[in-house]
Amino acid sequence: MPHATPIHPDSYADFLTRDELARIQLHRLQNIVALSYAKVELFRRRMQATGVKPEDIRSLADVARLPFTEKSDLRDTYPYGLFACPMQDVVRLHASSGTTGKPIVVGYTREDMKVWTSVMVRTLSAAGFHKGDIVQNCFGYGLFTGGLGAHYGAEALGATVIPISGGNTERQLMVMQDFGVTCICSTPSYFLHLIETIEASSRGFKDLKLRAGVFGAEPWTEGMRQRIEERSGIKAYDIYGLSEIIGPGVATECSCQCGLHVFEDHFLMEIVDPKTGRLMPDGEEGELVLTTLSKQAIPMIRYRTHDITSIIPEPCVCGRTLRRIRRISHRSDDMMIIRGVNVFPSQIEAALLKVEQTLPHYQILLTRKEGLDQIEVQVEVTEEMFRDRVSALEQLEKKLTHAIEHVVGLRIEVRLVEPKTIERSQGKAKRVVDQRKEGSAS
Amino acid sequence: MKLKQLSVFLENKPGRLMHPCKVLADAGIDILTLCMADTEKFGILRLIVQDWRGAQKVLETAGCVVNVTDVLALEIPDRPGGLMGILTILEPSQLNIEYMYAFTLKFGKNAVMIVRFDDPDRAIKVLHDNGVRVLKAVTFYECA
Repeated sequence: MPHATPIHPDSYADFLTRDELARIQLHRLQNIVALSYAKVELFRRRMQATGVKPEDIRSLADVARLPFTEKSDLRDTYPYGLFACPMQDVVRLHASSGTTGKPIVVGYTREDMKVWTSVMVRTLSAAGFHKGDIVQNCFGYGLFTGGLGAHYGAEALGATVIPISGGNTERQLMVMQDFGVTCICSTPSYFLHLIETIEASSRGFKDLKLRAGVFGAEPWTEGMRQRIEERSGIKAYDIYGLSEIIGPGVATECSCQCGLHVFEDHFLMEIVDPKTGRLMPDGEEGELVLTTLSKQAIPMIRYRTHDITSIIPEPCVCGRTLRRIRRISHRSDDMMIIRGVNVFPSQIEAALLKVEQTLPHYQILLTRKEGLDQIEVQVEVTEEMFRDRVSALEQLEKKLTHAIEHVVGLRIEVRLVEPKTIERSQGKAKRVVDQRKEGSAS
Repeated sequence: MKLKQLSVFLENKPGRLMHPCKVLADAGIDILTLCMADTEKFGILRLIVQDWRGAQKVLETAGCVVNVTDVLALEIPDRPGGLMGILTILEPSQLNIEYMYAFTLKFGKNAVMIVRFDDPDRAIKVLHDNGVRVLKAVTFYECA
């Protein structure tokens, strides 16, 4: 095990034999299916419709007999419909943006919090964080799972956590230097912004003790990693997670930086054909489907992440027996992840409709700058919207931006464009134009 | 007294101005004067033409968004302080000038400014009462 420092005891689970792991997985799978069947009505009804009983799950392969869970199931049962425990056992709620302005709510029991903290300890350990490190946590604190997830993990690891959250770049840089920060947690886009600010200042990186960072909550590329590492001199690790499963802490890179180890003792993974739902052989690309093996408050059975990846069948040289997935390359649905926030075109449509009453022709333009996704909403100007005064048009742009921000929770640039400039295909406008070709996959 | 001004929405991109200008050229419509308002992202082309109805029609047919606005053409002495005199007259009236631009030709010895007021009708009255000449559309087109 090529580790410079002794690993945290929680990380021993990264190195189980595959047999030991499979035994734990099956035991936990059987328990979670029984729990869901007993407590979650939607799941029970679906099981009854297929005729599969919890006791039919005799091997790990039997997971394929269980029904899928979709993000829409969380929306349809808002807020607590998929909870499997009484509310008095839920010690934490988090939420992420949904498609209709209502968020998706997830809960954690005390035991779930321990699991979440533990997988984050293992995540940060794999990235070389250890006791004695000073960790600047730039993930957003609040309903978003990123901030508190990384916080609890870093604290349990024995590191010193600075819960600075995102924003206020000047203060971030002051803290980074004055507090002797050694490790950072951030979205790659925000860290890139920090790098640019540091480069523009007279200070530079030589005065900083920063050594490593974990980056996630939005898609980024291998090219982006190279840029971050070359410009800042730190090691940059990709982490993966989603609120519906637990938050950050589902999968992480190790020192080898070649694929993300999935914490398989807590999350059972499958790769399926996004169209048919059929299991794909190891190594082939498909949609990642995850089953939570230990979560009590809101167990997720065969959750369709819509993230496209593939399993790396070969064992990793780091010695971890946990299988790896390749960096997420794209998604199978129309969800976009912008600066850590899930954005659906339908949300943007709803916001535009609210401002103008009738839906203008619009288009969502996705581009990639420096390896990061950028989004712009273009709206065709109509006779009704057009005013002779610049201030009136700027006001309109502001109103549209604000309406989108209200629904999506993110500031997205709105650009007014001339009529008939947005391409229509068969009378219907193409809503999302994806120009992120350059270096899209790693 | 009021002139009809056409406003056309343009994106702030190279070549965008060509489109409405070509449409008017093809229709044989003469632009008497114009001005561009621009921001970082978009612009508004403001035009004075004699046949504004015809111009509006061809522009809209060509896919432009067009807005018709009332503006006034003021005759202003072409000497230092000429514009200042007009503004001094307007000041107590609390009329707001939203924007103004110059006409390219002179009217006799005087210059002509195109002015967009928030309340054109009241502006006409105030200017009249103070002896400022607001050109009638027909007079304006003749001098052009």
